[in-house]
Amino acid sequence: MAAPVIATVLTLLVGSLLFAVLGYDPLATLQAFFITPLNSLNGLSEWLLKASPLILIACGLAVGFRANVWNIGAEGQLIIGALAACGVGLFYPNPDSWLLLPLMFFAGAIAGMAWAAIPAFLRARMNTNEILVTLMLTYIATLLLSWLVHGPWRDPAGFNYPQTALLSAAAMFEPFDYAYRLNASVFITVVAVFLMWLFTDRSFLGYKMSVSGAAPLAARYAGFRESAAVWTGLLAGGAAAGIAGMAEVSGPLGQLSPQISPGYGFAAIIVAFIGRLNAFGIVLGGLLMSLLFLGGEAVQMNLGLSAALTRIFQGILLFFLLAADFFIFYRLRRIPEHA
Amino acid sequence: MDLFIAIFTGTIIAATPLIFAALGELVVEKSGVLNLGIEGMMLMGAAFAFWAIVAGLPMPVAILAGALAGAAASLLFGVLALTFLTNQYAAGLALAIFGSGVSAFLGRNFGSAPIDALKKIYIPYLSDIPVIGPMLFRFDPMVYFAIIMFFVISWFLYRTKGGLVLRTIGESPETAHAIGYPVIRIRYLAVLFGGLMAGLAGAYLSVAYTPLWVENMTAGKGWISLALVVFATWRPLRVLLGAWLFGGMTILQLQGQALGIAVPSELLSALPYLATIVVLVIISQNRQMLALHFPASLAKPFRPAT
Repeated sequence: MAAPVIATVLTLLVGSLLFAVLGYDPLATLQAFFITPLNSLNGLSEWLLKASPLILIACGLAVGFRANVWNIGAEGQLIIGALAACGVGLFYPNPDSWLLLPLMFFAGAIAGMAWAAIPAFLRARMNTNEILVTLMLTYIATLLLSWLVHGPWRDPAGFNYPQTALLSAAAMFEPFDYAYRLNASVFITVVAVFLMWLFTDRSFLGYKMSVSGAAPLAARYAGFRESAAVWTGLLAGGAAAGIAGMAEVSGPLGQLSPQISPGYGFAAIIVAFIGRLNAFGIVLGGLLMSLLFLGGEAVQMNLGLSAALTRIFQGILLFFLLAADFFIFYRLRRIPEHA
Repeated sequence: MDLFIAIFTGTIIAATPLIFAALGELVVEKSGVLNLGIEGMMLMGAAFAFWAIVAGLPMPVAILAGALAGAAASLLFGVLALTFLTNQYAAGLALAIFGSGVSAFLGRNFGSAPIDALKKIYIPYLSDIPVIGPMLFRFDPMVYFAIIMFFVISWFLYRTKGGLVLRTIGESPETAHAIGYPVIRIRYLAVLFGGLMAGLAGAYLSVAYTPLWVENMTAGKGWISLALVVFATWRPLRVLLGAWLFGGMTILQLQGQALGIAVPSELLSALPYLATIVVLVIISQNRQMLALHFPASLAKPFRPAT
């Protein structure tokens, strides 16, 4: 578990260096980035609100990553999940029915899985690389969302803004307190983390997935089917991302607009790696990543720095994490000149 | 006829950044390294080239700045993948995210004004030939340079000893190491070359093709270039043909939007991505052809035994 901590510390160091180069007081900026956002109840609520989808998606993705199934398109699966959930919320005949929220939940999950089933089928049956297919489908999902909110689903009473009508109260998760945005959807993430732990540490299927990833030949010899790992991995990621999309629509968003995610689907990939592909680590990784998002927004508002800093920090964090692994798995040794 | 010429030249121009990026990645993959970070390197190239223009530097310097930015970015990947032996998928993804962040950060003050694009050259006499002149001899220099790079890379890979060594390293780094070739150093050079080419591709987008700054302006062209290399089954000529095919697709859907075809523009814009998937599926069916030119050590970390 040392590598993630080392990587975080190094990222902070490079971050303060970067701030200094840009002409900001490093300590004050670091404080504005990482500490001030958590100084209030609202800050803590936002922290968990953003960590929730990251952790949820990372759990789903980690299932696949364990078996070397590279679902890079969680962002697209999130968008499709949000689309399906919002569609149910908008067009279900009785907008006040208690059934609405559960229906939207299943719509989001199934839609996310369906979107991920395309690369799963193509990889398992057609031998097609899932990295590229999941990514291409993300671009397509973004365009589909854009078309719906500019066209057929645009709110007629919305002053021509590209957005759908607001969802009814029955289609939304109850916030814990109406002063803050944190809502009951975090319980879904808690359940997902528990399921993830069960899957990786207590299930035979999880074991088979790990073997497929770590030693593909051994897995084949033992009779574990590769296609099963592909389907399980992609569908788990798709379901998690679809549910996360639903929770966004039924939570902080309340409607669809052309841009519904600040890149949760991509950031969750990093979260899964920082978390070492296990449930407990992913929770910590998600909290850290959420803080990066919050900090990026905070320094943008308070110091006029660009929120793109968040993505720079994400990249640096992953760089350092990967490099730190090297020093953990290998020991450097001086070789005498004439060995 | 004018429409045909417009579509033809548009195709060649739209294919140019793909040719740069995909040919660069081809060389990288031929050495047995998989750099997924093309999108990030292209964005770095685009941002730095645009920055140079905004700062008042001349066009050639701007393009060079873009190329060097791509190479610098690729070095980050190289250190991780080649020196620290990390998972190449993860290192490439980190680069893609990092590059998109750095370019967006740089670009925050660029504004939305277009710049003076790279000038087209009318090649004397040849450009005056009816039909063929406007079709072939009225491009900006980078278009020709991309074609030249195709010949140079084909020649290097298959007609020089350096190319043979590079391909050997891609097939079996152990063998190349045993013979005495510096595997890691040559892979570094390949990765740097790939970065240079991706940087050029990005620079072409921001100073010639668009020519204005939009955040994440590559819009997946880096990923499509990756797909092109697979589609080409790791052969240069097919990279070229594939790039033209995708360039044509881009131009046709733009023409479709301009002609007001009764299909929503978003759905037309999705066509190149959809085509990428379809093409990948078709090519993946022919396992034999894929295996024939696939660098056997692709994405496998290599550590020379001491």
